[in-house]
Amino acid sequence: MAGLLKKKERLEAEIPTASMADIAFLLLIFFLVTTTIDVDTGIGMVLPPKLEEDVTPPPVRERNMLKILVDAQGRVLLEDQPSAVSLIREEVKKHVLNEGVDPRYSESPQKAIVSIKTARQTPYDAYIQVLDEVWMAYFEMWDAEARRLGYSNYSAYLEAIEQTGAENAVRSRIKAGISIAEPDAA
Amino acid sequence: MASAHFKKKSKTKEEIPTASLPDIIFMLLIFFMVTTVLRETTVQVRTTLPQAEAITKIDQKRLVSYLWVGPLKLADNRIGDTAVQIDDALVEEFGNIRLIMYRKLIEQPKLIVSLRVDKSSEMGIVMDVQQELREAGTLRVNFSTKRQINP
Repeated sequence: MAGLLKKKERLEAEIPTASMADIAFLLLIFFLVTTTIDVDTGIGMVLPPKLEEDVTPPPVRERNMLKILVDAQGRVLLEDQPSAVSLIREEVKKHVLNEGVDPRYSESPQKAIVSIKTARQTPYDAYIQVLDEVWMAYFEMWDAEARRLGYSNYSAYLEAIEQTGAENAVRSRIKAGISIAEPDAA
Repeated sequence: MASAHFKKKSKTKEEIPTASLPDIIFMLLIFFMVTTVLRETTVQVRTTLPQAEAITKIDQKRLVSYLWVGPLKLADNRIGDTAVQIDDALVEEFGNIRLIMYRKLIEQPKLIVSLRVDKSSEMGIVMDVQQELREAGTLRVNFSTKRQINP
């Protein structure tokens, strides 16, 4: 009787693995196709915090502010004078690095502010071109400052201070003072 | 006599071992699975990004929340009025932006809002969006641009 309960034969219980590579390949191709390697690029900004009701923004001396106005047609007015996008970079550098020499420009790089004002109808593209030029001016000034400190450029300096954990002396000397003007109350 | 010299002496196997092939493929597969960010939204507005030189990269995609501004894409390639889209829905009322963004900020305090604005848009709508973001407290923004190809 016990003989009936005995196993009759042993089947090889194996999963065929020959197709494993093919399955993995299919999945691989799927992820290859859907992957986006490109990173987002753009102009980074930090918006000013919301103004409290009863607090007025701190006054800025007229000479420390470089006013750039982009009008509804996308034309650039630098300190109320018609100008071109290509002139902004040099003007911003002159303004920031003035060190109080020229009374029309800023007192010191720490106090210098570049104000960009736009109209409601200003094309976004024109605004980005202006913002880009202002940022490029700052990037070039940081590069120059890093070279003065003995580094090849600003990103080399950034890497160096990341290792030592030192304070960013370039940024504290030349502060990126870009102001996006408050919209008019009207 | 010469033919004897050219005769093969040994009969070694000329096969590449394929046993480790699945493992190699799996390694590649896992790499791509980890790096993939599946696109979960369909953009309903047209956003042709402007070009700029002074750009920075956003490395941490997890921190980014997108906000699209541009003309609506309609059927048969026509475009409509300018609209704002967050995630997969169009924003019908402007005042809702601050609520949506405020909730996102609570979830992710280091939130970066990537503004993908069509270059033909007017600044008015961009300023309105900025004001809403300031109300929400999401102050880190990124004006999404393409890298300028210098001639």
